[in-house]
Amino acid sequence: MVRRLVLEAVALARRSWRQLTSMRTALVLLLLLAVAAIPGSVLPQRNVAQEKVTTYLSTHPRSGPWLNKFGFFDVYASPWFSAIYLLLFLSLVGCLIPRLRSHVTALLRVPPDAPKNLDRLPVSAQGLSREGGAERLRSILKARRFRVVVREQPDGITVSAEKGYLKETGNLLFHFALLTLLIGVALGSWWGWHGNRLLVAGADQAFCNSLQQYDEHGLGARVGDDDLPPFCLRLDGFSASYLDNGQPTKYDAHVTVKDHGRSTPRELEVNDPLRLDGSSVYLLGHGYALVLKYTDKYGQSQTTVVPFLNTDNLLSSEGVATFPDANINPTTRQRDEKSEIGFRGVYLPTISSDTSVRTSTYPEERDPRLFLQPYRGELGYDAGAALNVYTLDPRQIAAGRLVTFGPQLAMRPGDTKTLPDGTTVQFVGTRPWVTLSIRHDPGEKVVLSGAVALLLGLLVSLTGKRRRIWFRITDDDVTAGGLPRSDYPGFAAEFDEVVRSIGKAEPALVSIEER
Amino acid sequence: MGALSNQLLVVTILLYVFAMLCYAIEFAFGHRSVVAKVAVTVGAPLPSDVSPPLSALPTRVGAVGVGLTGLGLAAHVATLVTRGIAAGRVPWGNMYEFVIAVSLVGTVAWLIVLSRFPQLRHLGLFVSLVTALLLAIAGMSLYTPAGPLVPALHSYWLVIHVTAAITASGILLVGFVAAVLHLIRIGYDKGSRRFPYGLAQRLPAAETIERLTFRVHAFAFPIWTFAIMCGAIWAEAAWGRYWGWDPKETWSFVAWVVYACYLHARSTPSVSRRITSWIAVAGWVAMLINLYGVNIFASSFHSYSGLK
Repeated sequence: MVRRLVLEAVALARRSWRQLTSMRTALVLLLLLAVAAIPGSVLPQRNVAQEKVTTYLSTHPRSGPWLNKFGFFDVYASPWFSAIYLLLFLSLVGCLIPRLRSHVTALLRVPPDAPKNLDRLPVSAQGLSREGGAERLRSILKARRFRVVVREQPDGITVSAEKGYLKETGNLLFHFALLTLLIGVALGSWWGWHGNRLLVAGADQAFCNSLQQYDEHGLGARVGDDDLPPFCLRLDGFSASYLDNGQPTKYDAHVTVKDHGRSTPRELEVNDPLRLDGSSVYLLGHGYALVLKYTDKYGQSQTTVVPFLNTDNLLSSEGVATFPDANINPTTRQRDEKSEIGFRGVYLPTISSDTSVRTSTYPEERDPRLFLQPYRGELGYDAGAALNVYTLDPRQIAAGRLVTFGPQLAMRPGDTKTLPDGTTVQFVGTRPWVTLSIRHDPGEKVVLSGAVALLLGLLVSLTGKRRRIWFRITDDDVTAGGLPRSDYPGFAAEFDEVVRSIGKAEPALVSIEER
Repeated sequence: MGALSNQLLVVTILLYVFAMLCYAIEFAFGHRSVVAKVAVTVGAPLPSDVSPPLSALPTRVGAVGVGLTGLGLAAHVATLVTRGIAAGRVPWGNMYEFVIAVSLVGTVAWLIVLSRFPQLRHLGLFVSLVTALLLAIAGMSLYTPAGPLVPALHSYWLVIHVTAAITASGILLVGFVAAVLHLIRIGYDKGSRRFPYGLAQRLPAAETIERLTFRVHAFAFPIWTFAIMCGAIWAEAAWGRYWGWDPKETWSFVAWVVYACYLHARSTPSVSRRITSWIAVAGWVAMLINLYGVNIFASSFHSYSGLK
């Protein structure tokens, strides 16, 4: 009974394995993989744009949670997508191993003996010259780089020739290269890491490579916090050139890298990353950071540097500047929570001549203007909630704890304006900022070599043509036959050429037949 | 120079339209008897002397169509060259230029196919229709003034990656047309005479078209693979990762997988050739979505269409 069950289980496992490794299953899995990749291009993805996912979830309250549950916002990491490609690779391995084995055997083996009736093959010929015998046939085929074997049979001598083994070699190379790609990707996801960081120009804003210093980061499964190579970066300047319509033509960030105790000035451009020891630094974006100085009612001044984020290609930017420590009595150290100060601002590097338009008309600072709306009250920083440094807390404003304080101010660099309580704010100037991506992916080289092998294998397997040619020398006749073993429309012509180079016994007898 | 390029584009479109008219005349009034004679010989390689008798007027008009296509091609090349000179760079930096270049490769590939299968000539009607439409759409709704590139495109990979993508797309366009013709021919062989199957009356045998379909795809697939690879290498230099499932990358991947599926299905005897041709059509649909859908609708890193 148990024995029967075991036998049945083994039979079932065998059947399933055969089913999985069949070409039909592979085809279905391939098509499934293509279809499964599509949702990721239609729906927002967490790994690309987390904020878009959040927006989608709030605008689609009914379908959103369901899509989320089934991983539609992380398609390429979802269980179903992984299942498809893992099954596909399993099927691939199951298919490759027997093929590799039989290809090795085929490479070691000599071409098989001629079939009985050569005239039944797709192409055949009779009445060939017997001059030189089998040796001449062998040398002619050898010259054409066929693998040749001559056999003595009871009914005569046969010459078997085969060519085009490279096709299967290329085919196997292509598929093993796919496995290499998968391994390379896995290496990258285990031992790779990345961090994104907005870096404002100036020595006071320099940053060093550690997790706390990143705005956003991702570590591979096998990477710890202290595995990041130690280096520091400082943005010294940024230059950009634009066309008259504001289209950028060149970005160039001047940075100083401090690595192993040595400071070196470097240039960083789009398409030309900074290759450091163990990581690369990429330039992703740029904008303006504003320097604001606020002097409170006790005469205490504070200066802050705040990056404003671009809202369009002409660098209209938005941001906030906050002074939570403003208006603290310097003698009593008494904090007046009702008089914290914040500013919400729009910065236009080049203001439009039409003053009602609040967007920039050019990305360079030709006629810069800063529109500042002061707020006074509680900024809400002590509540402990996660805060967004680019907006004022909307809950504080909605609750009336943070209210506008006087009219909106329009300022040029250097301007100082007075608020209703006599305190002042000065627009000191701007500094450039850049967004950087710092990455390390140890799988890259593996993936690249896999891709090169893949292409090579593909070319060889698509251009290679496996074919066999046989000759039989009997007392009556010399006959030939050919068999293309892959799609090869030119085979008849090649066969024809071989036969012609051998020559004919008597002119009338030669006939080449194509079936 | 930019203005000259724009005028040349109009000349190109007009030449293709005139060529289309010629092909249409041949298609509509060409001698059926000639067709029958051609149809008998298909399957075997066609001897070159089975060209239709030159006395028939529609046939001569068809030959004029080929001549006009050649002239159109010359104007087409000139359009791109002047555009490149005007912008001072390779002329495929935005979607307008990309579409012009893809249709150029398509036309060249068509002329190569035509030189091998002269009996397909009247089908130039469809090829020139598609080309003229692509160019007209490019001129009307994708037009962007000639200018230098955005910083993200300042790379020699632009030349390599985009050239490979254009070449592969243009050849795959021809592969798609062949796959569709094959499907039409199969339907015709089964006895359907309705539109579009009736068109197959003058086509070579299903087997011949199918073999052409395969060879075109087998030729284009490594080029497409190369284009994606170069894209990945460039992406590593520009964005810090070789693959990030950007919509353009996703759809390139989808098209690649579908075409890989086509090649596998083609080499599997148990899969019918009708199904393989449908897979090829699906591959082209993915290519089209990649070109138009992603450039216009998706928010992608590949937003270089220049459209506002």
